[in-house]
Amino acid sequence: MKGMSVIVKTVTRWIKVFIFLYGVYIVITGHLTPGGGFAGGVIIACSYILLTLAYGKEFALQRLSPRTTAGLDSGGALLFLVAALYGIGYGGIFFVNFLQKRYPGRAFQLASAGIIPICNIAIGLKVGASLFLVFIILSVLRITKEKDGKQSMVKRWPEGKEEE
Amino acid sequence: MGTENILIVLLSFMLAGALIAVETKNLLSSVISLGAIGVGTSVAFLFLMAPDLAIVQVSVEVVMIIFLIRATIARDVIPQRGHIGWGALAVVVILLGGLMAFGAYAFRSIGRFGEPIIASVLAAPSNRYLEKGLQETGAANIVAAVILDYRGYDTLGEATVLFVSILGAITILRVKGWARAGRQR
Repeated sequence: MKGMSVIVKTVTRWIKVFIFLYGVYIVITGHLTPGGGFAGGVIIACSYILLTLAYGKEFALQRLSPRTTAGLDSGGALLFLVAALYGIGYGGIFFVNFLQKRYPGRAFQLASAGIIPICNIAIGLKVGASLFLVFIILSVLRITKEKDGKQSMVKRWPEGKEEE
Repeated sequence: MGTENILIVLLSFMLAGALIAVETKNLLSSVISLGAIGVGTSVAFLFLMAPDLAIVQVSVEVVMIIFLIRATIARDVIPQRGHIGWGALAVVVILLGGLMAFGAYAFRSIGRFGEPIIASVLAAPSNRYLEKGLQETGAANIVAAVILDYRGYDTLGEATVLFVSILGAITILRVKGWARAGRQR
């Protein structure tokens, strides 16, 4: 049986959604309350890391493959850059908050502050995906000791196929 | 008990954790001491009224502890033994002593604890952020307004650094390169 004991699995089954939702909450209300993209992204990555630790990496990688994670990572970085580049087209200056200048929402509302929530979401995607990617890489990597004392690294991908 | 005294207690706690982390022979104890230092830093940020930093610090600390345990404990990591020579020790002591003397000298030019520069220099840009931040950016959280609007370039650079470092880690640890290296050997 892969993963940890049944107690850990049951607790994980109950708690993983709340950790994920808390991360999403921290990201999307980053312009109103303490938090923001970085902290929320780390908490989102934590929920997937908990899933990986409790159920084994096969279970987690079926839900979120390394390829999808790398795509989310790059997508977050690109979204951040695009939000900055739109400032040239609509405001004349790189990184200007053009949405706030055009549609100044009411302060303390969720839909306010222009591009700041968009940038928070981009950073949250980027940080969460990249931290989970590093965790996958670290947990797939194994160092084995051969008989002559030489250490070698062995990769074990879950589907059993070695990427060439 | 003022904030200053609480900070002194917290810093001594973190210093003790750092000494234990360096000196202990057991790798697991060392990693756990690092976690204690991180939690101490987070609590210190809370007392300094920086909840954004406290949230980031405590969550990154948890992930880093998992990474460190995953990367060190489960593997055959050979502990380093032996002592450095007397000459090298003397160089290290002199360099560290010089650094600390410079730090003590540099700290003298900073104002007293609890009296930031922006309170005495009215033309500082930070005063403009504090006064007009909500009006100009519409963000209620002034930290988000600074890091994503006034100082957006910094955050873009930080995101680039993170992206490149993750790219480098994945490039070093990927399957493809190691498979090719194994075939050549």
